[in-house]
Amino acid sequence: MVHEWALAEAIVEYIAKESVEKGTSAIKKLVIKLGLLQGVERDILDFALRELLKSKGLSIDSIEYVDEAVVLKCRRCSYEWRLPLQEIDSAVREAMHFIPEVVYSYFSCPNCGSRDYSIVRGRGVSIERIEWEK
Amino acid sequence: MSSKGGVGKTVVSVLLALALREKGYRTGLLDLDFTNPSTHIVLGINPSMYQPLEDKGIIPPEVHGIRYMSISVYSGDKPTPLRGEAVDEVFREVLAITRWGELEYLVIDTPPGLGDEHLNLLTYMGDRVEALLVSTSSILALESVKKLIYLLFEGGYSVIGLVENMCREKKLEGICRNTGVEYLGCIPYDTGIEEGIGSVDRLKSTKAWKHVLSIADRIAGV
Repeated sequence: MVHEWALAEAIVEYIAKESVEKGTSAIKKLVIKLGLLQGVERDILDFALRELLKSKGLSIDSIEYVDEAVVLKCRRCSYEWRLPLQEIDSAVREAMHFIPEVVYSYFSCPNCGSRDYSIVRGRGVSIERIEWEK
Repeated sequence: MSSKGGVGKTVVSVLLALALREKGYRTGLLDLDFTNPSTHIVLGINPSMYQPLEDKGIIPPEVHGIRYMSISVYSGDKPTPLRGEAVDEVFREVLAITRWGELEYLVIDTPPGLGDEHLNLLTYMGDRVEALLVSTSSILALESVKKLIYLLFEGGYSVIGLVENMCREKKLEGICRNTGVEYLGCIPYDTGIEEGIGSVDRLKSTKAWKHVLSIADRIAGV
């Protein structure tokens, strides 16, 4: 039972509110964007989402997950780069799993050394789209 | 809270959390200084050795009986420069994933200034937060605390009181009388504090500790 449950709870809470606004409890398709910086375990998130949706009385046909690579851009020299997640120490990846912004603790711009960069893409989990049954 | 730096917020926060725990209250300590956390230095722990447990979020580790959370458990005490947007993200993340359980007091150490961390705290938790103001007797700190009191009262936030820290002579009772903020007590200037940083036992043997215990009683309404 891990952090994915907390993320799933936040997603389901949002969906439950929207369900009231839409006047339906049946979801055709849910598309979730998985920013790879957070290193979310897809299977656990999927299990948690389905269990929590069920507990809220919401039905769902399918959940699609879209991976998003981590792209960082330096504010000082404008260099843009991808974070090579597979080469990163597991303890650091674990830390970024909980608080993605600790990326600033461990990495600087490979071009100029600055830590003043932005996470352009791939930070965390977000809802890309909800398709409701009509 | 204090918008002025160097008034001893971190030491007061840690000592107060320890004092409330010593009085038997279930107490948590949250370090809200994301770019320069230092409560772990006062407590004398290596944050990397205190990884929270995972259970539908994270369970803060216990340090000297206090449930403790700081970004340093993940940042490994490395420099962590953050712009405002990133501070907002960390704030949301830490608040969303940390499962404090049943607490009677959660002491939150804030960074100096009146920036993103403070605004997040007041905006998102303002109805559950009681501000404890910390100031030295210095005229510079005094002017800062006046502005802070004005800001908090204007927003209708609750202020639990003011602690005059590192004081040689009480100078802030007047401002408390004038504003209606409770004067919780003065913590005398004590060289033992600097020597005690990093050792809870040493901190508890200082003169200041006894004053913090009294302040804890006043906060708890004893």
